[in-house]
Amino acid sequence: MTTATIAGTVVEVNDEGFFVHPEQWTDDMAPAIAAAEGIDELTDRHWQVIRFMRKAYAQDGTGPTVRVLGKTSGVTIKELYQLFPKGPAKEAAKIAGIPKPRGCI
Amino acid sequence: MDETRAATDEAITKVSIIISKGSLEGVYPGLIMANGARAEGIEANLFFTFFGLDAIHAKRVDHIKVATVGNPGMHMATLLGGLPGMSGIATHMLEKKMDHLDIPPVHEFIEMIADTGAGMYACKASVDLFGLEKNDFVPQIQDIITVGEFYEKAAGGQIIFT
Repeated sequence: MTTATIAGTVVEVNDEGFFVHPEQWTDDMAPAIAAAEGIDELTDRHWQVIRFMRKAYAQDGTGPTVRVLGKTSGVTIKELYQLFPKGPAKEAAKIAGIPKPRGCI
Repeated sequence: MDETRAATDEAITKVSIIISKGSLEGVYPGLIMANGARAEGIEANLFFTFFGLDAIHAKRVDHIKVATVGNPGMHMATLLGGLPGMSGIATHMLEKKMDHLDIPPVHEFIEMIADTGAGMYACKASVDLFGLEKNDFVPQIQDIITVGEFYEKAAGGQIIFT
């Protein structure tokens, strides 16, 4: 475990940069994490996915897979990959401050 | 020595996966690997050859079955496996389990992988061999390509044969 300073706050992250304690995450940290991932601007569509990730994690204790995201987030798989080119489930989870989802699909 | 290590530890950024078998257990691993690659942000191409073409054949994609004969993994006597309907039953059982695990049916999986931005191609030699043409395939197939063109598309990445 290491720490990172995001938007002026020190948080605990794992080796890959995912939050260890999702409750440390706040909205104003998202743009900074996204920028480090190469996403310069978070649009409303990005936020729709980020909010969905937070909600799914709060409910299930894990982030959704890309397939579930495509079916239930209101954003299609095609658009998900345009919004998060490095892998929607993984990248959106990182920006949303939740652990990396571990599904194979 | 150090150079070798540095080369082998490098992250994978591109994969080209060949699917050559038409059974359920022959088709899924390649699909899962291609989809999984895209989910990790890795560039992916899928190349269907020989009986693997069934997975993208519009009329056959919904009828991909598990091999119950000549498949020691089934742990079933060959004679039993050869009984009429046996392959259908085994396939049905596996499909139910996969649905429970949120693994999509082959047809939906192909559509989903196309949506991830992966390239999907049919092998020209096999297409000619089976007397097929482009409109025999699901619309997600971008092109029918030669082995040479496959290598061009695979340049700079790993090649996985299944």
